[in-house]
Amino acid sequence: MYKVNVGKKILIANEEYALKNSRLLTEQKKLCLNMISSPGSGKTTILARTINDLKDKIKIGVIEGDIQTDIDVERIRATKAPAVQINTDGACHLSAAQVSSALENLPLSDLDLIFIENVGNLVCPSAFELGETAKIAVLSVAEGDDKPAKYPSIFAKSKAMLINKIDLLGAGVQIDFDIERAKADARKLNKGIEIFPISAKTGEGLADWYDWLKREVKKLRL
Amino acid sequence: MHETMIAESLLEAISVEAAKQNAKPVNARISCGTLNAINDEVLCFAFEAITKGTLCEGMKLEIEHKPMQGKCKNCNESFKVDLSCLRCSKCGSEDFKLLKDPPLLLEEIEFQTEQ
Repeated sequence: MYKVNVGKKILIANEEYALKNSRLLTEQKKLCLNMISSPGSGKTTILARTINDLKDKIKIGVIEGDIQTDIDVERIRATKAPAVQINTDGACHLSAAQVSSALENLPLSDLDLIFIENVGNLVCPSAFELGETAKIAVLSVAEGDDKPAKYPSIFAKSKAMLINKIDLLGAGVQIDFDIERAKADARKLNKGIEIFPISAKTGEGLADWYDWLKREVKKLRL
Repeated sequence: MHETMIAESLLEAISVEAAKQNAKPVNARISCGTLNAINDEVLCFAFEAITKGTLCEGMKLEIEHKPMQGKCKNCNESFKVDLSCLRCSKCGSEDFKLLKDPPLLLEEIEFQTEQ
């Protein structure tokens, strides 16, 4: 028996595609946000509403990742935004290679912002770089305020965090969600994280999220 | 669950090295950071399943977890971050920066010597 020192990155193939995506997006000055959350946090509803509300200001395209079906991409296409579906056939996260071919199928030069809606899962997608500009963690109040403490990886890596479905708080529904606790736990891991409590249903809080998106798009154009 | 794709990439990386050595790999040591969120049992199970019928069948994996490091902004010391208690282990301050999490690395492979 003999030993050989290797010292190589295991996910190098994924990282090479991520680098390729990142170069393309940087060259073309496109903002690309990788949305990560549990299933059912409201990512697709947030995206559809954001696209509609900002349609005169920011041109948005979407890469939809799902294990199966094109239900979500149809919801996005109803807004007239260009959208590409990736079915992962069982895999719990998107890979950079999948995003690379999806980017080829979007009319990139017509767009300002590309959202990647990752497969609903708070753990696995955070381990795979896609070449995105930034990750956005989405949490809904029905999931509980302990998620930043229990799933530190995604909250540590995200540039912003959306706390969705705040219309459920104080709506006569018994939900024990302490927004301040969720914010404090996320900020312990990630001092600079931007936090937007929103309701994609009623529109509450969305103005701040939209202002942030406009600022981030503008930053890239400078 | 993302351990499946990691196991596939690992099989690929080990196969490349085994071809160079022209020898059968028997053990591999890998290392990962906390934010790679690796569950040892799941990764070993996935690796065992996908290596069936390959040169890597029967290989043993040793997984080293490298701690997350923080740098305190109060006392300027580097320290191991305990996720259940997010404060500097030296001075107790909560004002610290998380340092970059170590990547997933294939550190070392042990090969069988030809008989």
